Amino acid sequence: MNQNVFLTIQKLASEKFSISLDLIEPSKDIFTTLQINSVDVLSMLTDLENHFSIEIPDYELQDVRSFEDLTNVISDRL
Amino acid sequence: MKWHFDHPILHIELNCEPCNEIGMSMLSFFEDFLQQAPLENAKALIISSSNAKGFSAGADLRSLYEGLTYEPKKSHKEKIENFIDRIHHVLDTLDLLPIPVIAVTHGICFGGGFELALVADIIIAEETTRFCFPELRLGLIPGFGGIPRLMREVSNQTIRDFLLTGRSIQAKNLPSLVSQVVPSGKGLGIAKKMALQMSKFDTNVVQIAKKFIKPEIKEKLHEEKALFIKMVLDPKVQKALESFVQDTSQQPYLPK
Repeated sequence: MNQNVFLTIQKLASEKFSISLDLIEPSKDIFTTLQINSVDVLSMLTDLENHFSIEIPDYELQDVRSFEDLTNVISDRL
Repeated sequence: MKWHFDHPILHIELNCEPCNEIGMSMLSFFEDFLQQAPLENAKALIISSSNAKGFSAGADLRSLYEGLTYEPKKSHKEKIENFIDRIHHVLDTLDLLPIPVIAVTHGICFGGGFELALVADIIIAEETTRFCFPELRLGLIPGFGGIPRLMREVSNQTIRDFLLTGRSIQAKNLPSLVSQVVPSGKGLGIAKKMALQMSKFDTNVVQIAKKFIKPEIKEKLHEEKALFIKMVLDPKVQKALESFVQDTSQQPYLPK
């Protein structure tokens, strides 16, 4: 897992959804940890696309459950 | 949902839960607006949403599913044709209004909501906007005139990307579709300034200019409508709608 990418996701998600950094761990479920719905996911997707200057098609998120999964999807495009 | 006239600007504000779905209630609202609003005295129309989730999530699929499930099968075609004819009439009328129409989008702008935004002459997109045509996920194509209208604005390649992947694309990646990408929460104010600028111009010249730059797409709209009606009556669509309606995962706007 790309640690830098994970740390960026951790920081962005923590700020966006007002949740402590410590609660965001690679193996944790994104949806239950952040308590977010698909509108929030799409909003975070836009932030991540802008931060990393990449496009992330939302269909690539279909199997994403954990922060590590998301880190890997983004890392594949860097 | 409401509209008001702040001379010389008309403003439609969409706001119904969960995310401005377009069903009978929204359709009636627009029909009433077109009958009652002082269009002849207006110099511009702004369409925006005050729903936090976005501009609109598209057609009211729950109502469509209920109609196809609980109403007599023999009435389906007639009822769907009636709804589609009426929504096309509304969107065609908005599209061809003699005054400039500005859509202010944010968040979710999917399916029928995207089709509504496409009648506008100008789209001001807040940076959170994501446009999407998810219809193929249900075994359909867009049915409110979205494909022919999108064909006026972007390349065929982009349309294929939208339709054939069903993915959502953020506003800043669609420079030929949106006029400006603006910070979150600033869209309406920016649209009002734009509308006031537009209102300084001669009404007849605006009308001529608009007619000249918006090509006739009647034939393509008719084709799309016929294809949609044929597809929506397929039992596979009803099955897909059932899955959508029964999904309780809180993730209705993501592909599955």
